[in-house]
Amino acid sequence: MSVHDEPAAPRGVAMPELLIGLGMLAAAGAVLWQTLAIPVSPLYSKVGPTVFPYITTGGMLVLALLLIKAAVQGGWQPEEEKETPTDWKSMAFIVAGLVANMLLIGPLGFTAASVIMFVLVCYGFGSRRPLRDLGMGLVLSLAAYFGFAKALGVNIGAGFVEDFANGAITTVASWFGA
Amino acid sequence: MDTLAQLAHGFSVAFSPVNLLWCLLGTTLGTAIGVLPGLGPALTIALLLPITYQVAPEASFILFAGIYYGAMYGGSTTSILLNTPGESATIVTALEGNKMARSGRGGAALATSAIGSFVAGTIGTLGVAFLAPVVVKFALSFGPAEYFSLMVLAFITVSAVLGSSAVRGLTSLFIGFVIGMIGVDLQTGQPRFTFGLTELLDGVDVIICAVGLFAVGETLYVASRRYAGKDEIVPLKGSLYMTAQEWARSWKAWIRGAFIGFPIGAMPAGGAEIPTFLSYAVEKKLSKHKEEFGTVGAIEGVAGPEAANNASAAGVLVPMLTLGLPTSATAAIMLSAFQSYGINPGPLLFTTQGNLVWGLIASLFIANVILVILNLPLIGLWVKLLKIPAPQLYAGILVFSTVGTYGISQSPIDLVVLYLLGAVGFLMRRFDFPTAPVIIGMILGPLAEAQFRRAMTISNGDWTVFFTHPLSLTLLVLAFIGLLGPHIWGYVERRRLKGQEAVPGDA
Repeated sequence: MSVHDEPAAPRGVAMPELLIGLGMLAAAGAVLWQTLAIPVSPLYSKVGPTVFPYITTGGMLVLALLLIKAAVQGGWQPEEEKETPTDWKSMAFIVAGLVANMLLIGPLGFTAASVIMFVLVCYGFGSRRPLRDLGMGLVLSLAAYFGFAKALGVNIGAGFVEDFANGAITTVASWFGA
Repeated sequence: MDTLAQLAHGFSVAFSPVNLLWCLLGTTLGTAIGVLPGLGPALTIALLLPITYQVAPEASFILFAGIYYGAMYGGSTTSILLNTPGESATIVTALEGNKMARSGRGGAALATSAIGSFVAGTIGTLGVAFLAPVVVKFALSFGPAEYFSLMVLAFITVSAVLGSSAVRGLTSLFIGFVIGMIGVDLQTGQPRFTFGLTELLDGVDVIICAVGLFAVGETLYVASRRYAGKDEIVPLKGSLYMTAQEWARSWKAWIRGAFIGFPIGAMPAGGAEIPTFLSYAVEKKLSKHKEEFGTVGAIEGVAGPEAANNASAAGVLVPMLTLGLPTSATAAIMLSAFQSYGINPGPLLFTTQGNLVWGLIASLFIANVILVILNLPLIGLWVKLLKIPAPQLYAGILVFSTVGTYGISQSPIDLVVLYLLGAVGFLMRRFDFPTAPVIIGMILGPLAEAQFRRAMTISNGDWTVFFTHPLSLTLLVLAFIGLLGPHIWGYVERRRLKGQEAVPGDA
């Protein structure tokens, strides 16, 4: 059931696809390098831990060459994909949100980092009400923290927001308990 | 009769109040994530994998199965009202379903898809209950060589035969193999592909891989394509009650769809897209209302593919439970849930874990009943979910992705790996590489390697063991035909049509 996406007319080399092919070639190289680094004990010389990695390397090499061949022959992207411009600005905000989350989750804790990511991602997707997003992000993150993480028994880093919320809950609980 | 007795026992497990609650939770959650674009059953089950440390296997598999079935029901709602398929298996539903909604018959389209899903889901689940013990008997004679060859066949069909391009499908599969091999080799204790990082010794968690590809990659893709036209929700119009004529046109399509979907799903090839396309073609050919196809929307074109989709979803469970052979990303993640309990799906599962397997199958029948109730009288609730604006939806998905990933070991390295996989997922989505083979390769690759080494150890390092066992040879020949058959066929065709323009091969 392979559908042939044939180009209507012979086209030139497709750069993005060529880069992907070359990337795959580089990945095959990296896999080979790591395979050669696997220490092999003579006990397992017949079917040791390197047989499958070598097979994988070989497969990746062949596939990379086939991808490069397809790229040189005009690439495989569907027309509508190529005609849609990439929204770099939007993507930049998403990436900024992800990086901020990664860097801040340690020092600030899960909720604070998530709220910052939430606001940045919403902005990237075109929302222009960051304050409202901040409130929504806070509610959602706390719900995720207390509902999802606690219910699943997953330990995610608590920061000052969680400590504050935990403290508030304990205080409120003690009022009712008293 | 044995099957019926087992099934009756399964119902006694599934009808316990706690398990009924898990089933209700799973089906509700499944419908919700099926309705929401950007969230699928594979991602949801991956995010919920930590639950396997908390509850009994019966409970978590009843939950997962509910999500799996529920997503199929929910996906069709999105296809019909939004024309954006919530799941890849509901692309075909969008063809006629959205046309019906636009011509004011959205209610009937939703009804036929929900009732059709129920009919086909029930037929499919019956199929699982009766076919699985047969496959088990057959599979008991399999040795490591046969298992390995069967896995090779599954690799080829899942990545090379079913997608739009064999080369791109196999590329995804091999990326999955590499990810699956990262970490300590279980047989020799040697670290592989760790690049000297101690964080990678435990391997890459399937949660990180699924979340990276399906959540982060998808979010980046949608963000990069924001200008590419906005979909509008077609307001739900028309009664949910189908007219006598609509019933008459639907029921045969449901049955046909179920009988197309189940066998294809149950083959070690899997895939829900093929049976839906096939059912659509059949209904279009048999319909007395051909003029409605593609214009105002034909109800058969919704009923058939929806039924095929649900029956094949049930079918996928047969190789998963009896052979430990997942043929979809969701099934692969469920397999890793089995591994998390230290249970190995395979022929012995039915004897060693009878409670679990039959309880699961029985709960699928219950899930179908719950789902048809959730998706017909309560449909208005799900339509509201479609109104969640994209910015907050995708931002929320990323927050939950962080919970799922960072929660594994509170290591920022996990987030780095997650985002790298997200970038890979974005490129794959952008350049039309299928993502499911990555997950399948990652889970099934190490199992195939283990079977391969076991077979080689038994045969004292003799490579011919895979070709001298008749069954193993047959499976490998089938895989070979699947891989190269279309190319040989294409070559022969081209030779016949020589003189016409040369056609470059597909990539």
